[in-house]
Amino acid sequence: MAIPIAYNLRNLVVRKTTTVMTAVGIGLTVAVLVADLALVEGLRTAFKATGHPLQLVVMRKGSNAELNSTVTLEAFQILKAEPRLAVNEAREPMASPETLTIVNLPSVDSPAGMNLTVRAMSQVGVEMRGAKIKQGRWFQSGQREIVVGKSVAKRYPNAQPGKLVRFGRGEWEVVGVFDAGESTFNGEIWGELNQIGADFNRQDTVSSVLVRATDAASLQGLKNSLNDDRRLGVEAMPEREYYELQTSSGAPLQIFGLLVAVIMAVGSSFAAMNTMYAAVARRAKEIGTLRVLGFSRGSILLSFLIESLLLALIGGVFGCLLALPINGVTTGIGSFATFSEIAFDFRVSPSGMLAGIIFALVVGVIGGLFPAGSAARKEILTALREI
Amino acid sequence: MNVINCLPLITKNSFRNRRRSALTIGSLMVSLCLLVLLMAMYKVLFYGGEQTPAQAVRILMRHKVSLAQPLPLAYEGKIRQVPGVKAVSLRQWFGGTYRDARDTRNFFPRFGARPRDLFIAYPEYEIPEEQKQAFERERTGCVASKHLAEKFGWQPGERITLVGDIFPITLELKLVGIFDEPNKFDILFFNWDYLRDSLKAAGTFDLDFTSQYLVLADSPDNVSRVVKTIDDMFDNSPFPTKTESELAFVLSFVGFLGNLKLFLLAIGGAVTFTILLVSANTLSMSVRERIREVGVLKTLGFTPGTIFGILLGEGAMIAIIGGALGCAMAQGFCVMLRNAPIPIQQLKAMNVTPLIFAISLLIALLVGLISAMVPAAGAARRPILDSLRHTG
Repeated sequence: MAIPIAYNLRNLVVRKTTTVMTAVGIGLTVAVLVADLALVEGLRTAFKATGHPLQLVVMRKGSNAELNSTVTLEAFQILKAEPRLAVNEAREPMASPETLTIVNLPSVDSPAGMNLTVRAMSQVGVEMRGAKIKQGRWFQSGQREIVVGKSVAKRYPNAQPGKLVRFGRGEWEVVGVFDAGESTFNGEIWGELNQIGADFNRQDTVSSVLVRATDAASLQGLKNSLNDDRRLGVEAMPEREYYELQTSSGAPLQIFGLLVAVIMAVGSSFAAMNTMYAAVARRAKEIGTLRVLGFSRGSILLSFLIESLLLALIGGVFGCLLALPINGVTTGIGSFATFSEIAFDFRVSPSGMLAGIIFALVVGVIGGLFPAGSAARKEILTALREI
Repeated sequence: MNVINCLPLITKNSFRNRRRSALTIGSLMVSLCLLVLLMAMYKVLFYGGEQTPAQAVRILMRHKVSLAQPLPLAYEGKIRQVPGVKAVSLRQWFGGTYRDARDTRNFFPRFGARPRDLFIAYPEYEIPEEQKQAFERERTGCVASKHLAEKFGWQPGERITLVGDIFPITLELKLVGIFDEPNKFDILFFNWDYLRDSLKAAGTFDLDFTSQYLVLADSPDNVSRVVKTIDDMFDNSPFPTKTESELAFVLSFVGFLGNLKLFLLAIGGAVTFTILLVSANTLSMSVRERIREVGVLKTLGFTPGTIFGILLGEGAMIAIIGGALGCAMAQGFCVMLRNAPIPIQQLKAMNVTPLIFAISLLIALLVGLISAMVPAAGAARRPILDSLRHTG
């Protein structure tokens, strides 16, 4: 027969100071874990939301990042004639030649300056990414104008509409803020290809070309034909896949967070064990009485284990609540693939919180197993005689 | 009776419940170890490790906007004329892949450098004289740090193929020397001329630029002046520069890891708070069990002040032991890190410095005292009769 759980609950309430202190300790451990998972989840969401399923990023063979790649305009002209390309409303082929460069601007997090990607593109490129203008207007052809992503506007005091940003051969006016959904494009600065290309002496080459296939069936064919065309010397990669590969930029921080959570959990387990041993010691007489009433050693073991799990569960829930406010906070992380910052929002997901609760329960099991074992092993007579 | 005379009593009381003391010390040890590691990491990442005399005069110069943008070779002559500059060398980042890029173990920094002045720029690299000469002689020669060579089991004569990505060429290198790098960094240098010739042969472009210049100042005092002179000189050119000491250069990469400063501070705060809770919990449990005993002590003539002191002392003792063990454990981790294959090489310089040791013991002491405050005050204030009557 099992001992009612209400018995454990009441016991936790009676020793409320100890319960709270132990649970808060476990809660802080869980909060670190949940926050770490929220970072990874946020980064993953941002990269998952980046890229269109029918689009390919075309780079020079052997390049794994747009920044290292060069594609000649000659190759672009050949590529543009490809029949499997989708066309927009103006009947133009959906192929956007783009040049990437980097600027260094002071951000809220690092006043010394962080690198940002500047993407020089045509109007077709803007259209292919489905970005919308949020504030101000798009850059105009023939003007030294740029627009910034919404995450950039949020975190870089110098990249605001109306301000001037210095790179290349002079100054550029920020004329608008764009919203590219949840994608990592929100962390970029966009401007016109001809204008920016001229500043960097890149009139006959671009970094990469973004193309869209007419439909899913022709996507593979388009990819193969681009990869096999020796005149081009390029490699086409699905846009989704290209961005998903960059999710690993968060790995150092992720591993660091996990390590911290695990070390903290060891400390919390010891603390929980201490609390449970004290609970067993204080209730020796009760344990004896329960045994006299006919509860088995197994029930006693289970009861104390449940009590420890309840204690950990309170901690776990508290930890999740503690981590919840970071949901939606925008942060940035450097990518060694682009040598610039990727902006994303923390996301406290249900699965992250579940992982936190499970983590807390593991701490509870480790902390409760030995004390519960010692409670179950107590001999009835000695237990009753203890004060 | 004063508290110091009660030291044997404090020691005895601290360990009367051995299991509880062990668990508490264990918990404090693990948490403080983490706190010490966080402090050591903070120091290395935001203030840098110990600077060697060679590092103190070494200056790195790159394009103001980013490492990916080049600087013209013509700058070298101009830099040489800056007063306070002793020597100038250069290195060109060559990304590329070695074996399989998907395995991060195959990544290590590789640079094109000039064999004749590489070891002038890096006097701390120790290399046998004949290997150094072989590097100057052989066009396709390369040299690797000892730690890197050991990682891959390379011996001199090893063929190393690097497939370029920034540069559309493949380099077929031969390892001609292994140098001792004091920080155990992974790094490889090959002949800059070979890179230039290969690019010419491939008909792509002439390598008339470099990604970084290495400038040596004649004394550490001149570094900041040299840095400023160089940056001012090129500020209005099409290739503005960012010049900084090697230490500052290394630290500038920390921003890439995200807002680590806030992370470290937040986690450090959480850990400290956890320690406080664990310690307070233990002490209040221990005091609760001894209410009668405290009453007996009072009848024997112990003043409330002494009893307060004894209980604070117990808290401090347990916390200090936990703190000292935590520091020892953290130092063990630091030693392990030195030989571990970690991507952020700066972390190899992590160390429990005397200052960090002192700070963590102080934190432990404060935690012990603060956590004992409430239960100790309660026990000290409780009337004798009340205490003696207490059961439980």
